[in-house]
Amino acid sequence: MDAIKDFFLPPAKSTLAEQTDALFWFVHGSSLILTIGLIAVIVYFVYKYRRKSEDEVTPLITHNNALEVTWSVIPLVLVLIVFGWGYQVFMNQTVVPDDAYEVNVTAQKWIWQFQYENGAQSTGKLHVPADRPVKLIMSSKDVIHSFFVPDYRLKQDVVPGRYTEMWFNAPEPGESIIFCTEYCGDGHSDMLGEVIVHEQEEFENWLAENAGGGSKPEDLAPEEWGEQLAQEWACTTCHSTDGSQMTGPTWQGKFGSEQNFEDGSTVTVDENYLRESILEPNAKIVEGYPAVMNTYQGQLNDEQINAIIEYIKTLK
Amino acid sequence: MDTAESSSTSKKIQVQRYKPDDNPEKHYLNEETGLWSWLTTVDHKKIGIMFLGAITFFFFVGGIMALLVRTELWTPAKTFIEANTYNQLFTLHGAIMIFLFLVPSVPAALGNFILPLQLGAKDVAFPRLNLLSFYLYLTGAGIAIFSILNGGIDTGWTFYTPYSSTTGGAVTTMVFGVFVIGFSSILTGVNFITTIHKMRAPGLTWDKLPLFCWGLYATSIIQILATPVLAITLALVGMERILGIGIFDPAMGGDPVLFQHFFWFYSHPAVYIMIVPGFGVVSEIITTFSRKHIFGYWAIALSSLAIAFIGFLVWGHHMFVSGQASLASMVFSFLTFLVGIPTGIKMFNWTATLYKGSIDLKSPLLYIFGFFFLFLVGGLTGIVLGSIALDVHLHDTYYVVAHFHFVMVGGMVMAFLAGLHYWWPKITGRMYNETMAKIACGIIFVGFNVTFLPQFVMGSQGMPRRYFNYIEQFQPFHQVSTIGSFILGLGFLMVFYYLVKSLFGGQKATANPWGSRAMEWQINTRPPLHNFHHIPVIINGPYDYHKPMEEFQLGLAESPTDGHGQESDLEVTSDGKEINAE
Repeated sequence: MDAIKDFFLPPAKSTLAEQTDALFWFVHGSSLILTIGLIAVIVYFVYKYRRKSEDEVTPLITHNNALEVTWSVIPLVLVLIVFGWGYQVFMNQTVVPDDAYEVNVTAQKWIWQFQYENGAQSTGKLHVPADRPVKLIMSSKDVIHSFFVPDYRLKQDVVPGRYTEMWFNAPEPGESIIFCTEYCGDGHSDMLGEVIVHEQEEFENWLAENAGGGSKPEDLAPEEWGEQLAQEWACTTCHSTDGSQMTGPTWQGKFGSEQNFEDGSTVTVDENYLRESILEPNAKIVEGYPAVMNTYQGQLNDEQINAIIEYIKTLK
Repeated sequence: MDTAESSSTSKKIQVQRYKPDDNPEKHYLNEETGLWSWLTTVDHKKIGIMFLGAITFFFFVGGIMALLVRTELWTPAKTFIEANTYNQLFTLHGAIMIFLFLVPSVPAALGNFILPLQLGAKDVAFPRLNLLSFYLYLTGAGIAIFSILNGGIDTGWTFYTPYSSTTGGAVTTMVFGVFVIGFSSILTGVNFITTIHKMRAPGLTWDKLPLFCWGLYATSIIQILATPVLAITLALVGMERILGIGIFDPAMGGDPVLFQHFFWFYSHPAVYIMIVPGFGVVSEIITTFSRKHIFGYWAIALSSLAIAFIGFLVWGHHMFVSGQASLASMVFSFLTFLVGIPTGIKMFNWTATLYKGSIDLKSPLLYIFGFFFLFLVGGLTGIVLGSIALDVHLHDTYYVVAHFHFVMVGGMVMAFLAGLHYWWPKITGRMYNETMAKIACGIIFVGFNVTFLPQFVMGSQGMPRRYFNYIEQFQPFHQVSTIGSFILGLGFLMVFYYLVKSLFGGQKATANPWGSRAMEWQINTRPPLHNFHHIPVIINGPYDYHKPMEEFQLGLAESPTDGHGQESDLEVTSDGKEINAE
């Protein structure tokens, strides 16, 4: 039984996931019975009433009101059960408990960013305390994205120009994948993230360490920190570091090279050009690439930008 | 002379039997010949055939794109094409299959050919409008192809804003192409409704109307009422892109969710535009091959209208996670379950029709049984998705992809193929190879299930749709699915092969090879240019298999006498209910 569950559904890691699963199995189970029943009847009829001679005359049976009512009302009752049940679970998913811990979520092509109460920030990784309701207040900077955690059976579109909400309670520490499920362009399928559920104490520590956010960890060299940032901020979703062709130009051998632009001008890549490309991506468009990058103005601070530039310099 | 009698409702008219010819010298294909006669024809049969050719072409184009998409998904990362190419391919696969194949498939191709024959009419009500509808379709298709070559589109067939209002490429031209195709669809709808109301043969009362006509009637209503909303919506997207008017893009003060409401207000009913004609095909074929009166005629006829009506009120079930109000989600979920009931009623009535029938498992019926299973799975997984809590988990995953392919390919394409096999002898005058047809049906059925059943599992596990890269856990499912898609493709190629082969040297078809009672089988094969050499008269319903064939081949007697002519062997009252044998 567990093997079947694991085959069809991801592990249930939120308090409400089991409720969704119960309904999932109820609808699929009754559908399976109905399908097998109906197909069996058809197969039986096809065999029993197969044509035995060309002159066969069939009886005139036009309708049967009792039957019509029966096979209208029974499915009606069944689907009303499914409706009521589904709505009830949905209300549990929708109504946020009062004591929920709030995290702000910002989506943009193609990263997830999370802001916490004390100014801590994280990108791609959502850190939350275990066994406590967490409420996400979500908004998008560009197009519609959708925040989906299969382990929690939860999904909510993230829309530009308004806030949407969702909440969950993950009782056990662990990790779960986040997918973007609203098509948002070339990097859509790389717009992944991770929910990391900590024990309460461990979470407090993480939060304290990252308070204010955006300063260099002491044990890292600038270029190492830059590499880490490039991963976290999903720069490498579009810019390869090994010369391979992606949505944006590769970073390999970029520093010091000649760059050709759509308008015909050229520039030698230096610190100023890289900084401008991060803060004003559309100021100069590299020849042969689409103008799809967003600005990181107000998101990456000077120290972080410097670190990323140091990292790019190392990619010969 | 007999004014008293003619003013009463029981005025008598004279009928005589017209036995159809099996292979007449003159028929619709050789009375007028040459390319020009095709391009300027107002004959509904030729227009139907031209539509059939065009949609077949686009079906294969869309199919090749599907195979490219599936091939790319063989590995979790890049297999052989770039992400942007992949995005364009799935967008075009969806747009082509829906707007250029599924929407016109049964109504414009098979419906055009069969509807006037079933009504006993010489043509549709507006033959020139019918031709215009075809040319609008071609124009729209041409614009769509132009936009593919001129930058392409990568928005998905749903054109969701603000992505579609900001992305590069030829979105504006593509949207204009779909806009034009929409008018083709509207004109077909107007034509069919008028034809069904005004051009039924004497005696063809509403309770004798073939269920295929009822299906097309319900479809036409949706086409007329819903398609203009799509046209307006797409025009607004075009205006936003060209003129910068903020309607959907929040950067300009618009509301992106408003687009989804507009879009699904058309596109959900459009799902019924695609499937309801298929229901009509099923009713025709089940009765013919079980030689049995349809069970629950009115239940099936009215459930089509019920689906058409309720289908307009469920669009919000595409938006449970869009951020719309919880109350709205509740109402839309409730209405969605209601629309499932008439669909279920149809399935049960068709099954009951088989009871005590005389069932001959010929290839059209075999395709219908394929339809039965696949559409049942598609419909029941629709119940799953209609439940809000489950949709929150399954929305925009492969579960949804599998669901609508079960409904659209498993349901509609199977019904379309069934109809094509069923009417092929009437359309072409030739029989195809029955054994090959059955084998192909089996291959398609197996290929389809191998392709799409794994997608239900993947989707339940959380695999999102429209993903170029995916996590490795899903690879086995994707690979099985890809293998299945090639089996499916092989099946479709096989159908194409033996159908085309039958045109050259296939066995000649008789006028009524299946022994059907429906009117299109009571005329010559191939049909005459103007369908009937006589005014047909209907005294029996199209499913009255308990009555002898002679009573179905009637027309107005050519030289009316005083009511006692030698040729007439039957008389019919003007309300078509009483028969007096002479």
